[in-house]
Amino acid sequence: MPQPTDLLFYAFAGLTLLFGFLCVANPLSRNPVTSAMFLVLTIVSMAGLFVLLNAFFLAAVQILVYAGAVMVLFLFVIMLLDLREEERRKLNRVALGLGGVAIAGLAGILVRALASATPKSASVPAVEGTTIELGRILFRSYLLPFEIVSVLLLVAMVGVILLSKKELK
Amino acid sequence: MSIQAGLGHYLVVSALLFCLGLLGVVARRNLLVIYMGLELMLNSANLALVAFSRFNNNLNGQVMVFFVITVAAAEVAVGLALIVALYRRRQTAHVEDLVSLKL
Repeated sequence: MPQPTDLLFYAFAGLTLLFGFLCVANPLSRNPVTSAMFLVLTIVSMAGLFVLLNAFFLAAVQILVYAGAVMVLFLFVIMLLDLREEERRKLNRVALGLGGVAIAGLAGILVRALASATPKSASVPAVEGTTIELGRILFRSYLLPFEIVSVLLLVAMVGVILLSKKELK
Repeated sequence: MSIQAGLGHYLVVSALLFCLGLLGVVARRNLLVIYMGLELMLNSANLALVAFSRFNNNLNGQVMVFFVITVAAAEVAVGLALIVALYRRRQTAHVEDLVSLKL
């Protein structure tokens, strides 16, 4: 008998894959804005999967940082560049077919390998990714990487300002 | 596999999502949509890490995801700035028009 959480897993997993597919290969629209909107939906349904995995803090961060900040940046750039519908150009059918076959092969290999592996039972005590637990481990064991990442963000910020100047001197 | 959602189920979703992202990178020819495919691949790796963290009763995986999200945010900022700079010079975001290294 499936538990309610299992049904929620199937619902969120199906939505994630459906929206992900519509993001990269929407048969109805080639518009980048449509892709961006479906990517937002993919990320939100993936936050649902994170909640099912007890990673509450990461689910919140996923929505705030990805669906909020990163996707707004994407939409901002799309509007700034004023990108129209991707023009229909002549497709290289051989290349597209080969690429599709390669990716389908990769998917098949991964899924078969996972299906044949002996799965761990889900009865282990659930680890809870709350803010308190995650903050404790982040500021105790991972303090140096945390500081390095903050320097990385500063470097990225300076780099972006330099790149977006009109004339590089 | 049983019907109960276990580690394997989450990993299958993650693998399929990774392949979808790769499909976007291979099949689409708009630079921004290719970038969205990359984001999808990063997210699928995050999902696998969180699933491993949950089923091995170990929080280190979630800390790793935290760092991945931070680095992805920095990467998006730099990448989009590069795309905007490229667009200013060449007036196109179509990969087939961007085949030479020389500006």
